[in-house]
Amino acid sequence: MIKFSRLFIVFALIFAACSSEDDGTETGGETGGTDSFDRGAMLVNWADNIIVPAYNNMAAKTQNVETAATAFTTAPDAAGLQQLREAYVDAYKSFQSVSMFQVGKAEEINYRSYLNTYPANTSNIDSKISSGSFNLELPSSFAEQGLPALDYLLFGMGTSEEIVAIYSSNENYRTYLNAVASRMNALTTEVSNSWNGDYRDTFVSNTSSSSTGSVDKFTNDYVMYFEKILRSGKIGFPAGAFTGTASPSNVEARFNAEISRELYLEAVQSFEDFFYGRHFSGNGTGSSYKQYLEYLDSMKDGADLASLIEDQLDAIQSQSSSLETNLKSQVEKDNTKMLEAYDELQKAVILLKVDMMQALSISVDYVDSDGD
Amino acid sequence: MLFSANKYLKKYTEAAPLAAFRLFFGLMMFASIVRFWANGWIEKLYIAPKFFFSYYGFEWVQPIGEYTYLIFIICGLSALAVAAGFKYRLSIIVFFLSFTYIELMDKTTYLNHYYFISILSFLMIFLPANVYFSIDAWRDKKKSFQKVPAWCVDSLKLLLAIVYFYAGLAKLNSDWLLRAMPLKIWLPSKYDLPWLGDIMQQEWLHYAFSWSGMLYDLFIPFLLLWRRTRFVAFIMVIIFHVLTRVLFPIGMFPYIMIVSALIFFSPKLHHRILKFIAEIFKIDKSKFDTSEVYQFPDITGKIVRTVVVIFFTVQLLLPWRYLAYPGELFWTEEGFRFSWRVMLMEKAGYAQFKIVDAETGNRFYVNNSDFLTPFQEKQMSFQPDFILQYAKFLEDHFSKDGHKNIEIYVENYVALNGRKSAPYIDPDVNLLNFADSFEHKEFILPFQDEIKGL
Repeated sequence: MIKFSRLFIVFALIFAACSSEDDGTETGGETGGTDSFDRGAMLVNWADNIIVPAYNNMAAKTQNVETAATAFTTAPDAAGLQQLREAYVDAYKSFQSVSMFQVGKAEEINYRSYLNTYPANTSNIDSKISSGSFNLELPSSFAEQGLPALDYLLFGMGTSEEIVAIYSSNENYRTYLNAVASRMNALTTEVSNSWNGDYRDTFVSNTSSSSTGSVDKFTNDYVMYFEKILRSGKIGFPAGAFTGTASPSNVEARFNAEISRELYLEAVQSFEDFFYGRHFSGNGTGSSYKQYLEYLDSMKDGADLASLIEDQLDAIQSQSSSLETNLKSQVEKDNTKMLEAYDELQKAVILLKVDMMQALSISVDYVDSDGD
Repeated sequence: MLFSANKYLKKYTEAAPLAAFRLFFGLMMFASIVRFWANGWIEKLYIAPKFFFSYYGFEWVQPIGEYTYLIFIICGLSALAVAAGFKYRLSIIVFFLSFTYIELMDKTTYLNHYYFISILSFLMIFLPANVYFSIDAWRDKKKSFQKVPAWCVDSLKLLLAIVYFYAGLAKLNSDWLLRAMPLKIWLPSKYDLPWLGDIMQQEWLHYAFSWSGMLYDLFIPFLLLWRRTRFVAFIMVIIFHVLTRVLFPIGMFPYIMIVSALIFFSPKLHHRILKFIAEIFKIDKSKFDTSEVYQFPDITGKIVRTVVVIFFTVQLLLPWRYLAYPGELFWTEEGFRFSWRVMLMEKAGYAQFKIVDAETGNRFYVNNSDFLTPFQEKQMSFQPDFILQYAKFLEDHFSKDGHKNIEIYVENYVALNGRKSAPYIDPDVNLLNFADSFEHKEFILPFQDEIKGL
């Protein structure tokens, strides 16, 4: 019996040691085993070669927009408008390569919602301009700022001449345009600064496998982005997939819809590049989901998921070539092509959300609760 | 046979194991409720959702808004009362009812372990767990006994044995033993565990865990029953459950199972445990040592024994009901619940519902997150009864919205144990043509592989 009690104490201690709730806040945990896939290295590749350069690029583009907006509003003319429009289109395209990185500061400040909630609420924008009083920091003002607001402010108020005339004659318009441009730049700078500062290390070192670990959390966001933002936002809503009625005004960049397919393609390409671990600048590639899946597949003898996803991403690309450059007119003229695009995207959603998440053993449910 | 059964029913044993079990059970349940609350799960699981998935026949059991907290308060307090043995019969009935009500509110949260608690507390209603080391016995000498019928303690052992043994039987299938699934999916993701992270990547370990898990479940009840292997078996119980606690998010249950396994030990040990507790709380334990033997009043005894026999008959048969359904059990899940199939599957799905106007042909897709929490959506997407119930809900919702001639179709893909996702529900079937029932659901597409075994 004495022996028993002593053992009992030992086990009670094991008990106590293991009973702290694993909330997964511990960091580090380098997996040095030669057979293991090194998730730490994947996070480093993601951060240093893709996410940080993409945000730096975006910050440069929003800086250009702000500068061009200041120049244009100081002396509104056709050339200034043209320059501002070009800077804006450039920024919109660049945004497609950062939109999926809604982690860290971007998540905290709701970066994506402030920069690209579309369609813009034009009547609210009009009334705020005419009253001259507005506060772009309110979450209720998502649809009154960012890239969709610029789309309206630079393309949606008439011909180029009319637009130049509006800005020449009206102080309030100039103020609002500058406010939108500078807020966009400020938010982007804030996010890019945090990545260039401490957040990069926080992200890379959080190799935990719990739901708060970088890989888990990011993957949830990445897949959610594809489903909600890319599939539903860019194609599903304008095509009326959820209402039964096509809704051309929901196209991204509706007033300058000539760029809408390009924005869509940029987003697909960026998503794909990330999947392959392609560096943002140059032609390098690094550790990626593709390699991770190949490692796991080889271990599990499963379906070759990496190449299934690869094929589907190719299918999306090739289907998109049958779309008009102007998705708004595509919806208006021949919406079936849009619905076909939706179907191709949908097939990828299943591969990503069901098969990839299962292979990675990452739970899609964000509610933590007990299992059996 | 009859003679020996009679003899067995007359056998008596110390009440101490039963009392210790009651005490630990009550405290653990109280802790579970507090933990559930503290994690914010009452709000997340029972108040925030707009819609709840009901068990067939229990559609009337629903959360009651903010008052749902009250149910948890009642459940927690009754657990404490059970622990103390205070107005025991009433307390355990209240606990059973409130706990079961909570579990019935939404089947999204179904866990074998919760079901175990429900039926265990049901069984405890019929056991005299309050005759020793309880407030009831302290306050009323007439209710204080030192001994109880042996079957009262043995029935708890039997219930635990059923849980383990059936869980072991369920592991006798080709996915578990020959493909090491789903451990092969789960274990590599534990790469960040100290010491263990690296070997979690090794294939041999996945097989070793699968096989030892199966052997453990099948043999542990017998090893616990036999005096000479009991101590080693208990150490195995501790190691096994602590390991599952480290590897998987299973909350309080490893501890509940470990403490429950103590019931297999001799009364001597339980007396020592109770003595230890008595000393801390300055309770005069000797006051309970009355040498009195508890006997059920004649008629009550008959009723109680009948109920217990029926209860165990159901427990022994219910897990086999899946045999009445065609198709692969893991795929259709018909007869899956309440059968101790614990941690056997990694299943994920994606369900896209299409609402069609039968006359105009107009159609649109449903955004599931408009109606379901991510957790509900996840569980719904691979379980046919959820899918059917959700379709009915969508019908109600959209017909209230003014839509007419509604037909509902689902494009549904499910991946099971590492297989590539495959179509699950027939996409050409209008789900509204079916009512939920215990009958086989014809609209489930066949499984495109085979899993051999029980």
